[in-house]
Amino acid sequence: MFQPEIESMSRDKLVALQSERLIKLVKNVYDNVPHYRAKMDKIGMTPEDVKSVEDLHKLPFTYKTDLRDTYPFGLFATDMEDIVRIHASSGTTGKQTVVGYTANDIDMWADLIARALTNIGATKKSIVQVSYGYGLFTGGLGAHYGVEKLGASVVPTSTGNTARQIQTMVDFGVTNIACTPSYALYLAEEIIARGLKDKIKLQSGVFGAEPWTEEMRREIEDKLGIKAYDIYGLSEIMGPGVSFECECQNGLHVQEDMFIAEIIDPVTEEVLPYGEKGEIVFTTITKEGLPLIRYRTKDITSLTIDKCACGSTFARMAKPSGRSDDMLIIRGVNVFPSQIEGVLLNVGKTAPHYMIIVDRKNNLDTLEVQVELSEEGFSDSVKYVEKISKEIGAAMQSTLGISAKITLVEPKTIARSEGKAKRVIDKRHLS
Amino acid sequence: MLVKQISVFVENKFGRLSSVLKTLADHNIDIIAMCIADTTDFGILRMIVDHPTEAEKSLKAQGFTVKSTSVIAVAVEDSPGGLSKAVDVLKDTGIIIEYAYSFAKGCDGNSARAILRVDKPEEAIDAFLQNDVEVLDATHIYEE
Repeated sequence: MFQPEIESMSRDKLVALQSERLIKLVKNVYDNVPHYRAKMDKIGMTPEDVKSVEDLHKLPFTYKTDLRDTYPFGLFATDMEDIVRIHASSGTTGKQTVVGYTANDIDMWADLIARALTNIGATKKSIVQVSYGYGLFTGGLGAHYGVEKLGASVVPTSTGNTARQIQTMVDFGVTNIACTPSYALYLAEEIIARGLKDKIKLQSGVFGAEPWTEEMRREIEDKLGIKAYDIYGLSEIMGPGVSFECECQNGLHVQEDMFIAEIIDPVTEEVLPYGEKGEIVFTTITKEGLPLIRYRTKDITSLTIDKCACGSTFARMAKPSGRSDDMLIIRGVNVFPSQIEGVLLNVGKTAPHYMIIVDRKNNLDTLEVQVELSEEGFSDSVKYVEKISKEIGAAMQSTLGISAKITLVEPKTIARSEGKAKRVIDKRHLS
Repeated sequence: MLVKQISVFVENKFGRLSSVLKTLADHNIDIIAMCIADTTDFGILRMIVDHPTEAEKSLKAQGFTVKSTSVIAVAVEDSPGGLSKAVDVLKDTGIIIEYAYSFAKGCDGNSARAILRVDKPEEAIDAFLQNDVEVLDATHIYEE
């Protein structure tokens, strides 16, 4: 363990610590975040009403819409001069979800990653390749600072340029890697195709940003000859590192000194007991820049505080098995069907009937949008019809951040429905 | 002097072309000329038919995406260089030929006929007439 005194503290001490931090958090947001003050005033709550973790359930939930409504920096609890980093991820409607960090937040985040890397066997002597995208996305920079905190050598390759990534991995003797599971599989196949499996020194990797099955884990482990560990997070809560696996590979330890986790029924919002499946909700008890109370993640999982052989006393969450909303994760990027619909309506020249088909080919997610051509969009000339699909394709790429294959289809070929239209066919079997 | 062409959007799927042709057959429509522009994902079937308005209506009623376009029909000598001479007329005019295809109806032993889709049809017709290229009237090709 990177910080054994924290990661293996007794449950009693942990709950007491959480209570102490929760009290401070509630007072902090009440005093410094008008949006939270209003939420609490509305239900007649004051910070004094929260005396321990037992009172958590009295507090209101926070939703993605709360971030959207206060875009961009309305939920920050500190002055902008204390914010040293801003990240963003896709939002449902054109607006990105913005998060901010103070220097302390960045440091705590780095500790989280360092803990995760220690769990996978990395040390100061390790050479860790970060093949998550660097940018507004929290993956790249999040992992990066964690490697440096651990004291290992970070190789910041980001995404893309696979040939160079592999050459680098071989030449530098990279020992650990952080990237999405599907990219790991892609790298594995390229490494094998080039006959380089025996030349790589990879021992383990930490993979996340998209859901992946036990089958995929076996494949990555077999193909790369490494141990593959799961890591979970979301930018609103911190980034990657909110929870991650230990050597047991049997559940992800939620880093409970920094986050209080609850499982709720996504419809009734009732808190569920350990062992039951529901939506996971996090309260950030150490963040300064963007502290959040009971943030609804939409990820479905369950929690357990059963003892873990690794020695960490932190609760474990099961691998998330789906979402309680319609968000898709394609090549590690959040995509909402409503965004796709928005692009189609904006470009026009097609009928309002479409189908989103997500599949996996050669271990990479593919996205196809089938849309019915309208009379208005049709022309006797191929180049004009192709122009429409190119225009839609470009708009998709720029709105979603990933490319989509646009297939124009004949009218009435997309299935109509009586009630809520089924707009997505996800052929990847992820649960 | 413009001729009406019907274009139909056809997905690359089994039975699609057949379905279009069956609809025309069911409505007693005769195809005088046709070609298909194919791409990876779809084709555009272009046709000159004997009753273009009726054809457009019946195809649309069957759910097809149809467009009507004005094209030019020319008659040239059926010998080497026949079409080349006509196309050459447009060479320095700046008029673009989008596509072309030939057809046999009304041809005798010495003549050949072709459909040309250009970006500036009126100017193209003027150029042809000024250079002795025979431009056919729609009535030479279909009845309506």
